[in-house]
This record gives sequence, C-alpha cells and structure tokens, in this order.
Amino acid sequence: MDHFTDKLPQMDLMRSEKMTFVQLIIPAESAHCCITYLGQLGLLQFRDLNSEKSPFQRTFVNQVKRCAEMSRKLRFLMDQINKAGIKSSLSVLQSDTHLEDIETQLSEHEHEIIEMNSNSEKLQQSYNELLEFKIVLQKACGFLVSSHGQIVSEERELEENAYSNGDFVETPFLFEQEIVPGPSKSNQSGLRFISGIICKSKVLRFERMLFRATRGNMLFNQAPTDEQIMDPISAEMVEKTVFVVFFSGEQARRKILKICEAFGANCYPVPEDISKQTQITQEVSSRLSDLEATLDAGIRHRNKALSSVGGHLAKWMDMVRREKAVYDTLNMLNFDVTKKCLVAEGWCPIFATTQIQDALQRATFDSNSQVGVIFHSLDALESPPTYFRTNNFTNPYQEIVDAYGVARYQEANPAVYTTIIFPFLFAVMFGDWGHGICLLLGALVLIAHERKLSNQRLGSFMEMLFGGRYVILLMSLFSMYCGLIYNEFFSVPFHIFGASAYKCRDMSCRDAHTTGLVKYREPYPFGVDPSWRGSRSELPFLNSLKMKMSILFGVVHMNLGIMLSYFNARFFGSSLDIRYQFVPQMIFLNSLFGYLSLLIVVKWCTGSQADLYHIMIYMFLSPFDMLGENELFWGQRPLQILLLLLALIAVPWMLFPKPFILKKLHNERFEGRNYGVLNTSEIDLEVEPDSARAMQHHDDFNFSEVFVHQMIHSIEFVLGSVSNTASYLRLWALSLAHSELSTVFYEKVLLLAWGYDNLLIRLVGLVVFAFATAFILLMMETLSAFLHALRLHWVEFQNKFYHGDGYKFRPFSFATLADDEN
Amino acid sequence: MYGFEALSFNIHGGYLEAIVRGHRSGLLTTADYNNLCQCETLDDIKMHLSATEYGPYLQNEPSPLHTTTIVEKCTLKLVDDYKHMLCQATEPLSTFLEYITYGHMIDNVVLIVTGTLHERDVQELLEKCHPLGMFDSIATLAVAQNMRELYRLVLVDTPLAPYFSECITSEDLDDMNIEIMRNTLYKAYLEDFYRFCQKLGGATAEIMSDLLAFEADRRAVNITINSYPYGHEELAVCEDIDQVRAVMEKYPPYQSIFAKLSYGESQMLDKAFYEEEVKRHCLAFEQQFHYAVFFAYMRLREQEIRNLMWISECVAQNQKSRVHDSVVFIF
Repeated sequence: MDHFTDKLPQMDLMRSEKMTFVQLIIPAESAHCCITYLGQLGLLQFRDLNSEKSPFQRTFVNQVKRCAEMSRKLRFLMDQINKAGIKSSLSVLQSDTHLEDIETQLSEHEHEIIEMNSNSEKLQQSYNELLEFKIVLQKACGFLVSSHGQIVSEERELEENAYSNGDFVETPFLFEQEIVPGPSKSNQSGLRFISGIICKSKVLRFERMLFRATRGNMLFNQAPTDEQIMDPISAEMVEKTVFVVFFSGEQARRKILKICEAFGANCYPVPEDISKQTQITQEVSSRLSDLEATLDAGIRHRNKALSSVGGHLAKWMDMVRREKAVYDTLNMLNFDVTKKCLVAEGWCPIFATTQIQDALQRATFDSNSQVGVIFHSLDALESPPTYFRTNNFTNPYQEIVDAYGVARYQEANPAVYTTIIFPFLFAVMFGDWGHGICLLLGALVLIAHERKLSNQRLGSFMEMLFGGRYVILLMSLFSMYCGLIYNEFFSVPFHIFGASAYKCRDMSCRDAHTTGLVKYREPYPFGVDPSWRGSRSELPFLNSLKMKMSILFGVVHMNLGIMLSYFNARFFGSSLDIRYQFVPQMIFLNSLFGYLSLLIVVKWCTGSQADLYHIMIYMFLSPFDMLGENELFWGQRPLQILLLLLALIAVPWMLFPKPFILKKLHNERFEGRNYGVLNTSEIDLEVEPDSARAMQHHDDFNFSEVFVHQMIHSIEFVLGSVSNTASYLRLWALSLAHSELSTVFYEKVLLLAWGYDNLLIRLVGLVVFAFATAFILLMMETLSAFLHALRLHWVEFQNKFYHGDGYKFRPFSFATLADDEN
Repeated sequence: MYGFEALSFNIHGGYLEAIVRGHRSGLLTTADYNNLCQCETLDDIKMHLSATEYGPYLQNEPSPLHTTTIVEKCTLKLVDDYKHMLCQATEPLSTFLEYITYGHMIDNVVLIVTGTLHERDVQELLEKCHPLGMFDSIATLAVAQNMRELYRLVLVDTPLAPYFSECITSEDLDDMNIEIMRNTLYKAYLEDFYRFCQKLGGATAEIMSDLLAFEADRRAVNITINSYPYGHEELAVCEDIDQVRAVMEKYPPYQSIFAKLSYGESQMLDKAFYEEEVKRHCLAFEQQFHYAVFFAYMRLREQEIRNLMWISECVAQNQKSRVHDSVVFIF
C-alpha cells in the first residue's frame, strides 16, 4: 500500500504549494524598484513588521500622503470630466513618466480647472441673476398693471374715460405709465411693493409668514415661471415663482425684506415707469446675450482642457494606485541597524524563488545599486499560508471549498474531488435531461462570452453566475446523464433506447394504474423503463431505487472522506492518527453501513425479497436469532455477529488510546526538560528569541482538555455515521420532489390546456408552463439542489478529514489592486 | 408590556436595531484615540480617520485642512446615519428619532436669536447651526422682536410649539431672557420626551428614563454652577460649587463624579459628567429590543465628534499637552 501510494504522481491541487519564509535585505536606494518588480511578479506576501506603529508614524508616510493627494486630484478631474460629459479617447502615453511629473502636471491641471470653474461660476451666477431679473420683469409687470389699475381706477376714472374716448391707442403699459407714479415717490394710498423670485416649494410658507408678520396687511401676487431655472446660489435647477407683495409702511418693508432674506428669495427692483421698464428689459437682454457668449467660450475652453487630461487619466490613476501600493508595502519594512538597508520578511511559494531572485537582480541592475539584494530563507513559527494554483475551471470549486474554510497548509484539498462529485450529486437531485439542456445552454452562453464578460463589471448575481459557469456546465451535463437514467424530459419519458419491456394486460390498458403491467421481453437497456410512468409500480420502484442509490453514494462518499484522513495522517507522519482514528473509523462505518450497502447490492443482483429494514434492525436487537426468509447469502448470521462485535470494539478504540498515548509521549519528551529550565539563569530566558518561548508556551499539555476533545470527536463520529448516512437520503427526497413538481406542471398545466380546442387557452397554458419551468424548476430547484449538494460536501464529506483552519496566500500584486479599489 | 418585546420588536425595529448596532461598532476606540492624540498635524488626523467610517467623508478634502472641515464632515456622517434610519423607521420609532433632534432645534433657535440680537449675519449663523436641528423656517427667527412674536411667527409651526407655553411673554429678547427661554424649553422638552418614552413602555421606558433623568440633573447642576438660581429645590439655594457638591453627594450616582474633583474645581466637572453620560449610554447597548440604543448611539457619536474637535483644535494650536483634558474615551 505504502509503495503504491508513494509511486502515484503528485496531484497539483491535492496539496497546497510548498511555501518558504524568506527575508530580504534591500539596499535603500533600490528598495522602491525591488518592490515594484515584486508587485509586477505578484508572488510574495509581505509581513507587516511595523504592526505596532500607527500609519502616520511609518517611514514612507509622506509618499503615501502624496499619493493619496494625487488620487484625490485624479478623482476631482474624473468627476469634472464626467460632469462635462466628455468622452476622451485613450491616448497612448509615453511609458516612462515619473510620478513627480504626474504630480506637477496634476496640480497644474487642477489649479487650471478650479480657476476656470470659479470664473465661470461667477459668470454663471450673474447670468442666472440677470435671467431671474428678466423673468421678474416680465411677470411682475402683469401684476402691476392689474392691481394698480384696480386701486387707482376709481380716482382716475375721469381721465381714463378721457383717454379712452380719444383716439389714443390704449395699451395697458401706456395707461399705467400715465397714471401710476413710481414706488420711490410716495403713493397716494401709501402703497408700495417688493418684487422678487422664490423657490416654488417655499411659496406657501413664505406667503403665510408674510401674512403673519404684517398681520394680513399685504397683498401677495404670484406667477410660476414657465420652465425650471438655475438658482444663482445653489446652482441647481429648480422651479421658481415670481411674486409681488404690496404693502404699506416702512416697518412692514423692513420686515418683509428680512423675511425675503430668510427664505432665500431674491428681490429685484421693478420700476413702475413703463419706459424705464422697457429700457431695463432691453439692457438686461443684451447683457444676457453677452454673458451667454462669454460663458460658452469659457465652457469650450474648459472642455478642451479637460479632454486633454482625459486621455491620460486612466493611466495615471493606475500608476498612482501602484505607487501607493508600493509605498504601503515599503511601510511594512524595517530598517536594519545601519539604516542603509530595508529588511523585508514574507512568504513565497518555493517554485517562485528563482523568479523572485531574478526580479531582484533586475531591480538592482536597473536602480544602479552597488550592492545586491540579499535573499534567504528563514524558519518561521507560524504556519505558512495556503496557496493553490487554480485556473478558470478549478477556481469555482476551490471557492466552494474555501467558503467553508481555507485548507490548513498542505492538508488534503477536497476541491480535487468536489470538481466531479459536486456536480454529480447536484444532478442526482436534478435529474431531467430537458432541464439539463436548458442549464447547458445557459452555461454555454456564459462560456462563449467569457472573454467579453470577464472584462465587464457585472451585477452581484450575474457575477456569481459567471464565476460558476464551469460548475453550471458540469452540473448540466451530469443532469442530462441522470435525466437519461431517470428517463425524464420535462418529466416526459421517451423510448430512446428501444422498446419498453412491459405491456398492458389487455388492449384497453385500463388496469395499468391499478394492477400493473406484464413484462414480456428483455429489460429496457438503459435507465428507467418508459412504460412505468404513471403505472402502479412507478413510485414504489423509483423510491426504492433512489433511496438505495442514495445510501450507496453516501457510504462511498464518506469512505472517501475517511480515506483522505488517512492520506493526511500519512503526509504529516502521524501514525497515531492512522492507528487510533482512521482504522476504527473505517471499521465502524463499514461494519454498519458498509454492510448495508453490501446487502443492497446483493439484493439487487439476486432479486431477493428480503426486508433490509428488518435485517438491520434485528442485527442490533437480537443478533443471534435466525434470519429466516430474510437470509440473503450463506453465513450471513455469523458475519453480522462479527461485524457488530467489530463496531462495538471500534468505539472505545477511537476514544481511549489516543489521549493516553499523547500524554505518555508528552511526559517522555519533557522528563529531562524540567532540569534544563531550572539550570538556565533568568538572563538566558530573556535573551532567548521569541521562537523558543513560544514553543514552551505551546507545549502546555492539558490532559483533560485533550480527552474531552477526543470524546467529542468520537461521539460525533459514531452518531454522525448514522445521521450522515440518513442525510444522504436528501438525494432521494429532492430528486423525487423535482420529478413530481415537473410532472405536476406538465400534466396539470400544459396537458390540461392542450385538452381545450382553443388557441388562447393553449397559449396561456404554454406561457404558464414556460414560466413555471423557468422560475420554479430552473431557478428555485437549481438553487435548492445546489445548496443540498453544498451541504453534503461541507458537512458529511469534509467533517471526516478537513480542518480548514488555514489562511489564504495573499501576495503583493499589482494585478489584484484594481479589484480591491473597486 | 414588559417582557414581550422579543416577540414582535423585530418586525419593525429589528433591521434598524441591527443597523444602529453596526454603527456603534464603528465608533472610535481607545486605541484610535491614542493614535489620534499622537498626531502632529491635521493631515495625520485625516490619514488616521481615513481608515475609519469617516474615511469616505474626508477623502475628497484638499490638503490644508481646518478643524471646522473635519468637524463638519464628521457631523455629516452622523446626519447621514440619522437620515437613513429615519427613512427606514416606522411609528413609533420615527417619532422617537424625531424627538432626539428637538434638543438641537432648541439650541439652533437660541443660536439664531442670540446671533441676530448681536447683529450677526443670518447666513453665517445658519452655517453654525447643527444640521440635525434645522427646520424649514429657521431663518425667519431673525425677524422676531420678542418672545410672543417668536412664537407666533415661527415656532408655532415647529414641534417646539407646545414647549413654548411657559415662555410666552411680551418681554424683549435679551441674553438673559434667551437663556431662560433655552432652559425652560429644554425642561419642557425633556419632560415631554420622558412622557413619550413612558408611553412606549418596556425596556425603552426603563433605560430612557434613566438617561433623560441624568441629562436633566446634569443640566440642573450646570445651571446652578453658572450662577443662575434656578434648579432643584436644594440646588436653588446653593451659591458656589462646594455647596453644590454638598447637595449632590447625598445622591449615590453623583458621589463618584464629585469624588473625582478636588474642592473648588469646576472646569473638570463637565468632563466628569460627560464620562458618566458616556458610560450610561454604553450600558444602553447591553439590552436588546428597545429604542434607547438609537438615542445612545446619537449621543455617543456627538461625544465622539466633540472629542475629534478637541483633538484637532489641540493639534492645530500646538497644545498637545492639553489633549487629554477633554477627551472622553468611549470604549
């Protein structure tokens, strides 16, 4: 056995990459270059040697701050470009721009843009004010005409008549002009007015406040503007309302002005003199058009400046992000005693050491450093990180395993088996080749657009689907396989592999559902016989088949898990685990459920009528009784007694020896050590490096803790082997549910609708069927089968061997930076 | 209905309680404060804060920072949290949340009225107002000449209106009257809030009554010390801090506060009170299914912003030795 396993070729994914802890001593002048090259390589995980220092106490804090400032400017420019709606083409930049150049260019650009912005902002503000003024002029005139007309109409009736009688062309403006004196002069009635413009949302409250403040002694007129205009202060597009308030008295004026100020209403003086009005309107209009031209020119200028920056922006952002990452990494480094070198520590996979050394040499050369970088391995206390080299296909399966827990360093990786077993178990629950084809099409679409989709930002749901495209592919293929075995195509059986082996008892076929069918030829060659669908024997047969099949899969799957624990123990050289954990576990599981599987297979092969429940139950209750008609093969009774005995022995076997042996080993190892500790002086203890002290701390052996731990494990295994086997019955249950559900949709919706000779009803039936298939069977059922397969892996399979308490290898790499940023 | 909140609380309050507990775990810790206290410049503070929940609010600020910018942005974070919670809240939680802001409203009213009294620009005053205490017609406060007008013109539309019943006089507004008004309003507000919490019942009533009672006591003591003879009966006759101490030491919860102070010292009293307050607010998080966590979170965040303001001021004015004078560690 040992020879055999040793000769097996190494499996890539089975064990995580061998890692080594390395120390780099980098001359200060080439440090930046080294880290940059290592970032490009992306195979070294740095350890933070300054973790006790806060971010601003570190060496390269100023550079980090500069980078942060630059990225702020970049964000500002980006924001401006997006606001202006400029789409600039990506220009190819000369590749050797320095960070300093970018920095100066950036601040120039920022300065320029800010200046232009403030200029145009002022212009824009006065433009908006003028625009408001214009609108107020237009609207307020209307009020002035009507209200003043009313007020003075009585007084001036005579004159009015005189005018109207004459040949005078009576326009309201002229009329107004003649009879109403300006507001500055004291009016006959003491009536004055204030006109202005205010946000529409505030009008009601504004009017109420005016009413309260003047105790109702005012007249409020309002007219909404025709379109949204920009507020001069907040520069937002709002709906506004022009108002004119008439009042009398100086005190009221002060109050009203204050209220206007408080509500942010802009007041504009409107002269009552018509000629003045027209004059002002003209002035305002001409100034508006002037301003408009200036503003346009300004915006054009600004857009040109922005688009010139826009081409470089993406590239610069990338560079700045990289620089910041480099300085962040440099901040993790320590200065050595001479202050001329930086010391870095970190993890790298062993296969990468030559690549790293190569990169370091290039860095030394490129930075013209006199001294090379010293690169050497160290011993490390902590366990190394776990690193699997995955590809597009294996990555999602590794993710499934990692979601439960990252593998301990070099421990057997369940993802190797998950790759096939996971989609297979899914398919056992989702066996229908019609649904399988739908899934396959979906997966193929995702795979066909792989290149395009991988560069896009997808929504979280699509991203999940896209990430798992190869999982879906295998799931669909296996579903089709299982569907062919179950002979279900959207729950409809097909005669693909020849004719059915069964026929009805008579021509009318009336008793197929009551008494059953007759077999008249060789069995159907592949999968379930199509004639069984709907017959009396369908459910009892399929249930029995799927139930037994689930148990077989479960026992095999769990045995694989225990086998993996053997490989783990062998790999880590722990014969204790093999002898007192692996062997009794194997015996216990197989003497009970392995035996059950054997019975199932024998029953299938011989076609016996034996009751397996009865056999299993009476194997425990009365093992010495005769089996009678339930005997499947010769010597079954003694075998059962033997297996029962083995199972009984296996329990104390896995419970007691291991903790006691561990205790003995511990005592032996530390028998002589006590004297040693006494002899060393206290000074020695302090000089001792961290590692030795940590070792001593680690070696505290607490027997009761170990024993309780072992007890929990044993009980968990013994109880678990029963409950886990039962748990695999979910394969049967979900498969049954899926098939019944699709039968219901097919028969009760599609066939029912087809029964009517009405196109509309048929169409509705088809649509309902399609939606039910898509949303319930293809989405909900896929999800539930996925989750159950996940559970079978995480719980039933992985708890046999998987520790999952490692941590992931996170190398310093530029490639992953962009992902982190978003 | 004490004891049955667990059954139904999560229907409406569960999501928000989870949110507020999440916010609470984002509060700065002692380690953060220790790091902040070591900062040399305001940029260092910004850098440190960028790793906290304030990060997104400060990251786009150009480099020469001012204390006001930091405080403003940090307050913005609090306001955003509050608005988010208020949006999601249903009755009676939304009313509870609104009650929390009334205190700021009172302060803002007082700020504007005092400001206009001293002929300050209204816009300038508005910028100084706490954003949580803003209401629609707040700027109109400047128009009012006396209490009656204040009420009739502006406050009648605000939630503060009922609290005003004791203040309606035709007296002119002067500093003294405004201060009286502030405290009368506050008293009415606390009482009303207290009644509201009692009506809610359960753990909310229990915890909130403790927190509000403490707040009321703190205010009473402060009024007494600031030589304004109005407070609890015994406090009312006190004339200096030591007499206050004599009165307060009769009450066990305050004994410990005054025990920390040496005789005749009153500057540190504020800090001692704040520390006690923070302790009580933190304790509010120990129970589940009640609304006091929202109140406690808002107050803790405000304390945190006060701390940040003090630290930033100390750093900006090179007074780092005094940093610890007024910083109240929360965790």
